[in-house]
Amino acid sequence: MSAEQIRKLIVLAAIWIILILAPYWMVPLGGYTALATRVLVLGLAAMSVNFLLGFTGVLSFGHAAYFGLGAYGTGLTLKFLAPSTPLALVAGMLLGGVCGAILGTLIVRRRGVYFAMVTIAFGQVFYYIAFQWSSLTGGDDGLRGFSRQPIDFGLFKLDILSDANTFYFFVLFCFALAVGAMGFILRSPFGRTMIAIRENERRSRFLGIPVERHIWIAFTLSCFFMGFAGALYALVNNFADPRGLHYSQSGDFVMMAVMGGMRSFWGPLLGAAVFVILQDYLSSITVNWMSFVGLLFVLVVLFFPRGLLGVFRRSKA
Amino acid sequence: MNVLEINDVTKRFGNLVAVRDVSLNVAKGEMCAIIGPNGAGKTTFFNLISGFFPPTSGAINFDGRDITRLATHQRVARGMARTFQITEIFPELTVFENVRIAAEVAGGYRLRPWINRSEKGEIHRRVEETLKLVALEAKTDRLVGELAHGDQRAAEIAMALALKPHLLLLDEPTAGMGDQETFQITQLIRRLHRDNDYTIVLIEHDMRVVFNLADRICVLDQGRMLAQGTPQEIAANETVQAAYLGNAA
Repeated sequence: MSAEQIRKLIVLAAIWIILILAPYWMVPLGGYTALATRVLVLGLAAMSVNFLLGFTGVLSFGHAAYFGLGAYGTGLTLKFLAPSTPLALVAGMLLGGVCGAILGTLIVRRRGVYFAMVTIAFGQVFYYIAFQWSSLTGGDDGLRGFSRQPIDFGLFKLDILSDANTFYFFVLFCFALAVGAMGFILRSPFGRTMIAIRENERRSRFLGIPVERHIWIAFTLSCFFMGFAGALYALVNNFADPRGLHYSQSGDFVMMAVMGGMRSFWGPLLGAAVFVILQDYLSSITVNWMSFVGLLFVLVVLFFPRGLLGVFRRSKA
Repeated sequence: MNVLEINDVTKRFGNLVAVRDVSLNVAKGEMCAIIGPNGAGKTTFFNLISGFFPPTSGAINFDGRDITRLATHQRVARGMARTFQITEIFPELTVFENVRIAAEVAGGYRLRPWINRSEKGEIHRRVEETLKLVALEAKTDRLVGELAHGDQRAAEIAMALALKPHLLLLDEPTAGMGDQETFQITQLIRRLHRDNDYTIVLIEHDMRVVFNLADRICVLDQGRMLAQGTPQEIAANETVQAAYLGNAA
């Protein structure tokens, strides 16, 4: 193994140790376990956005729609179909992913600003559906009246409902599955064609890559990950919010990804952590917390265009 | 047998006729150069062959099949590869990674979410072989964007070669190069043609390169095929001299 590989392995081990021990070090530092859970879920969402933005080079400004669809899919399943957490998670992920796959066919022909605009437009469609269809979705009040269910394995029961730490580890397990899948795809020949498209679309085309089809696959996969994150978010809150589908929420995800570092795999998780923790801390002091987060964002973009994680990289080089 | 048969292709952009009724046959193993003054339609002609856009009229056959309406990636899948006047590469990836993407696509792995050990080994061998061919084997781990211009051109050619093409289209391979680099690229193209039997069509401005390399020269002028023939025939052709070589000299 080369020194580079060993270094990567150490970094990876450190990240996972920090995540696994989060409930034990966050609480003494003044945090709480549910905050760590939120970081994981929103981090997964930001990483899903970055799967497209950082690794395929296309900017979706409507990804909150698939996040929100995941949340509603999960909430509706728990409320009306069956009190099963795994089933609800799968339903949420499928709802987000399948809607993404269908709309993706219309979106992938556009590029740049037009791609972003079309994704916003389709995203808003779902926002208004969730907002207007009160009888099913609860409209402006959001979807209430469901809660995550303990998971029964026969021999033992995973009480994710009332035990915050158990729920954190359950979410961490789901996060690990999704992130593992993401990393696996990015290291595959298909993942390399995504990076090729990001680097030079014309060259990719003239290497025989059907660019639109590959962007569509990447978009669809990203929507599945997004739906999964949304599904987990519904479990975190026992609630699905129509504002979770709004384009401003999409903007938050893009912000997390860019702030953390969109060329790096883990950057968006760091971005999400900074965003969520600042939000939690500042919003207890001022209602204008977003001004401060926004200021930080501007500073990062101006001085560290490669994001917060890019700072470490640069100081190493 | 002809690898490429182009019959009376025309390309209009509004009122402008960029290419008018041009026909060209390229035999297997041939090296054919396309020359002509600026704005003669050379690059448009190349774009028609490689599928950048479809012709307004006319037909293009490749390996005996009609490809007139096929998309670029479908033409590439049938064995056509090209380089560009302005180098098109993946600047933030290494030389190895650039060529590996081409080799994986050519190997049919582009949709695969995994790759096993023996396939990986085969791809690595293929990449190293190709890099040796263009004399970049000492620079495999360098970022392509940081290489000298001549090496970037060589890397682009390596990507095209990794596709194992039956037909190689080179758009001004020596553009922007100094004498030394021009010489090296010319040697490389000659080697590919002579030792590896590639069928090559190239656009070139440098007459030394053209007369040095080509089996056959086609002269385009104002979108029309003015003349084609061996280098000797073209050098002796009075119309060509009047339209082009005379002005250039």
